Amino acid sequence: MRGVHDMGGLQAGPVERVEHDYQLWEKRVDALMVLLSRKRRFTVDELRKGIESLPGDAYDRLTYYERWISSITSALIHRGTITIDELRAKLADIERRPDGPKAGTP
Amino acid sequence: MTPRFTVGAQVNVRPGNPPGHIRTPFYIRGKCGTVERICGEFRNPEELAYGRSGEPKQVLYRVRFNQKDVWPDYRGPAKDTIDVELYEHWLEPAP
Repeated sequence: MRGVHDMGGLQAGPVERVEHDYQLWEKRVDALMVLLSRKRRFTVDELRKGIESLPGDAYDRLTYYERWISSITSALIHRGTITIDELRAKLADIERRPDGPKAGTP
Repeated sequence: MTPRFTVGAQVNVRPGNPPGHIRTPFYIRGKCGTVERICGEFRNPEELAYGRSGEPKQVLYRVRFNQKDVWPDYRGPAKDTIDVELYEHWLEPAP
């Protein structure tokens, strides 16, 4: 099947030529990728596979680094580096913070 | 690993949609081109993607295609080309 990312030659609309500063969480996702690569826990090819395996609507909806963290999270669970329970507990912990995201928001 | 193709060889890109992680763009599959250079040999990213070793290494080629062969409705100059880097297991000798 043609992957949703594999759009060479397809109509994709205009390219938005805008610059923006990276947010702190985006820098952290990038740093996480560097750490995992250096520790040989992860490769850029696994990162790409996880991104390119996203369902089409998720691929289109997520931002660049949201795709990265989605792929990294899936891979770390798959490898057993983190458990689903650990992830769930951490997400709940973050939601309890005064400035944390509301439950159910992406 | 001895490269299967030499610079100047005519090659066909394998057609089709195999399952798994693929690093050959959809638009170039099934097209015929010419080996422009041999880029070296690298661990196979389509295996690395699954956490495997990626060995044996695969030869990577830069293959040159005529734009008019790639895009059926290409309206640019006939001499326009596009280069795509492709791993050896995606290439076959052109008949």
